[in-house]
Amino acid sequence: MAKFILNGKPVAVDVDGDTPLLWVIRDELNMTGTKFGCGIGTCGACTVHVGGRATRSCTTPLSAVEGAEITTIEGLSEQGTHPVQVAWQKHQVPQCGYCQSGQIMQAAALLKDIPNPSDDDIDAVMSGNLCRCMTYVRIREAVREAANTMSMQGGKDEQTA
Amino acid sequence: MSRLPNKDNGTGMTRRGFLVAMTAAGVSFGFPRMAMAAMDPATDNGQPLPNADALYEPTLWYSIDSAGKVKVNIIRAEMGQHVGTSIARILADELEADWDDVEIIHVDSDKKWGLMVTGGSWSVSQSWPIYRQAGAAGRTALLEAAAKLWGVPQRLCQASKGQIICGKKSISYGELIAQGVSRQFTEDELKALPLKPNQDMTLVGQQVRGLDINNKTTGQTVFGIDANVEGMVYAAPILPPTRYGSKVLSVDDSAAKAVKGYQQFITLDDPSNTVPGWVVVLASSYYAAKKASELVKVEWQVGPAAKVSEADIINHGRELLKDASKGAILDTGDTNTEPVFANAASSIEHEYITDTVLHAQMEPLNALVFQNADGVWEIHSGCQWQSLTLPVAAAALQVPEDHVVIRAYMLGGGFGRRLNGDYTIPAALASKAIGGKPVKLVFTREQDLQFDSPRSASLQQLRMAFDGDKHVLAMEHHATAGWPTEVMIPVFMPKGTNGQPYDPFSIAGADHWYNVGAQKVRAVSNDLANDTFRPGWLRSVSPGWVGWAVESFMDEAAHHAGVDPLDFRLQHLTAEGRNAGAGPIASGGASRQAAVLKKAAEMIGYGKELPKDSGIGIASTFGQERDMPTWVAVAVQVKVERDTGLVHVEKLHVAVDAGIIVDPDGAEAQCQGGALWGLSMALYEGTKLVNGKFQDSNFDTYTPLRIGQTPEVKVEFIKNDYAPAGLGEPAVTPVAPAIANAIYHAVGVRLRKIPMTPDDVKAALKA
Repeated sequence: MAKFILNGKPVAVDVDGDTPLLWVIRDELNMTGTKFGCGIGTCGACTVHVGGRATRSCTTPLSAVEGAEITTIEGLSEQGTHPVQVAWQKHQVPQCGYCQSGQIMQAAALLKDIPNPSDDDIDAVMSGNLCRCMTYVRIREAVREAANTMSMQGGKDEQTA
Repeated sequence: MSRLPNKDNGTGMTRRGFLVAMTAAGVSFGFPRMAMAAMDPATDNGQPLPNADALYEPTLWYSIDSAGKVKVNIIRAEMGQHVGTSIARILADELEADWDDVEIIHVDSDKKWGLMVTGGSWSVSQSWPIYRQAGAAGRTALLEAAAKLWGVPQRLCQASKGQIICGKKSISYGELIAQGVSRQFTEDELKALPLKPNQDMTLVGQQVRGLDINNKTTGQTVFGIDANVEGMVYAAPILPPTRYGSKVLSVDDSAAKAVKGYQQFITLDDPSNTVPGWVVVLASSYYAAKKASELVKVEWQVGPAAKVSEADIINHGRELLKDASKGAILDTGDTNTEPVFANAASSIEHEYITDTVLHAQMEPLNALVFQNADGVWEIHSGCQWQSLTLPVAAAALQVPEDHVVIRAYMLGGGFGRRLNGDYTIPAALASKAIGGKPVKLVFTREQDLQFDSPRSASLQQLRMAFDGDKHVLAMEHHATAGWPTEVMIPVFMPKGTNGQPYDPFSIAGADHWYNVGAQKVRAVSNDLANDTFRPGWLRSVSPGWVGWAVESFMDEAAHHAGVDPLDFRLQHLTAEGRNAGAGPIASGGASRQAAVLKKAAEMIGYGKELPKDSGIGIASTFGQERDMPTWVAVAVQVKVERDTGLVHVEKLHVAVDAGIIVDPDGAEAQCQGGALWGLSMALYEGTKLVNGKFQDSNFDTYTPLRIGQTPEVKVEFIKNDYAPAGLGEPAVTPVAPAIANAIYHAVGVRLRKIPMTPDDVKAALKA
């Protein structure tokens, strides 16, 4: 039995330790907001937070997260009101939406590390997240807006885990 | 619906009764979505909300219940266009509904919907007249009902925001329906209904949030890959070495048996010949299935394509074009170009090549298939062309078409990949092999790309004849590529003036709106491509690669004539003869193309002083097809690094005339994304076929545009009152040639192959 904390709640799963965290979250724990894109850590669709760090769950084996605190898009905020989500909604960033859980998780982690990112910071950090609909223009705008919102709120976000 | 037709007969159940019953069951007993029809992208689990007691369906396209909720049926797939929001808005505007009461339902496949396809940038343009009529029908019925109720002349009643008003009296749509409205309309009555004047439309053209947006920021959206039913087993496929003609000789799963959860392998028996030579591995989880599949050893007899590579396709294409008897000649008016070229003072001829392009939509292909309790095969998967996919599935399963239903899901990207529903077949066959139990099959990214129906490699040869004053006398355009329409749905192929059928999606764009005198356009199918892989329709289809040739060539022609490339284009967009345009969408013709060109030039400051090795390029197209032109012009500013060959696109400005814009924010989003697709395919994408397989298999080497490569993008729309054209693809089409033209402007070298790689730039600079 592997144990970790998922979105603030303890969970236990009985699968092989080499199983990628992505498939544990999706198929064992039935949280499907985290997406499979490439399986080799190059597209970012599977991004979750492990101990607050943006992490590619498709290349993270279950054995590596024993006891860790993991946050998925479902746990980023209770009502979809994390400043990054609000900015994403206002700018209507998502098109097909498939990569956006990963984009949002990456952006939330970015703003924790760099509360007032430059365009170059945004480009550098977000370049690991592929968006095939190419919503990049709006991702930039929304990250900037979320940064402004969070700085006005004193850097507080609503993350539950 | 999920029941066999013969089981529905005799129950006396009306559609409304059925819906109410199903809804009640879904709510009371918590049935999974498999028991429900269709999907609402705005609800928590995609499940449509229940209706109030009384329901009125003015037409097939929507219902209004006694609580005033308007549910609009959307037959188009949601894959990022917010298409349901746009279409529902057209209807709600004409219905005079309150937008807050509108819900959208992406429906499951059913014959009653007619042709179900989402492609061609057609959705809004084709829905415009139909959903307006439908909205007008509801408004008319409700006005009649209120007038009757109050005993007043109908002309004194008005519809507004979900209410009928007459003087000081008012009544909501819901209240009227609670009292019973049942008015139905014949086709002729529908056609005769008065529509609102365009300028009175209040929802069309306004900013409204896409109804699918919020769930896409919280992880709640249900994509095909998220489909889940009780008792399903997971499947991982093992693909044969070639797309066609491979046969399984032996399978050894002894090593796979050690994997926890491994169940069995199945060698697929496919009467539809969609997936010959496939093996599917079943297990209790997807990861176990994938792990086991990597341990299963399969031996094949390999198909002939294993010896074919990209250069073979191109060289074969060149041979085909040499034979003037091959292919279809399009109707472009005077096609008798030979004598003009024979007598021309000068002529130019150039050849353009595009490499294979992969869809690489973010959601890898997948499908969940099972036979339900009523004997119907349910396919749960995102799909762009239900009407094409369903007959193939029926053939594979060897059941009548009405024994198959395709459930609606959100698509994690379409871009044309999911027009061809071949990816649902292995799941269907695997399910059939285990007695109809639910099988959920997921492709790895590597398999998704290997099994892609790509944009075929293409070869084009263009010629132009000039008189002694360098005036244009005639033009020829010869194009060859793999033809998706020929391979998958040949009945969609029209015939050329020489009686030969052709794939319109493999030549549209060559029949441009420039007046060039005698004009010959010839489309030739590349049979070697068709036999080697399954060519696909990829976002912007032929205008994405044909337009690349036309608009690169127009620049080359301008330089030959010694005229500025913008002026040269404007001189030939004279909107005369067949290029004058006609009908509600295409009126104005080439004059509208000239207008967007001028606009784009103005946006970027065409003609301004630029730093060394920087250049501005322009290009313009009419979008997807002559019947539904979306006029697009792009102006780009590039900087070329001579040492590295890197091309930096610094500005990407887009001017668009698509007639009335239904959803301004969505329209801008489609043009931003489309233009960046154009940039991505011009510089960063493209693969090559190597021994029957595409050489790139994941995002480590297949490298669509990333945010750090994204330039400043500006989009402006021309405001006018023409009927809407489409916006999903057109902005893709002029970008690659604009970049090629800008590179020429910057450093004086002409690139005639996309992608334009740094090595190509360096080689051209050295030559």
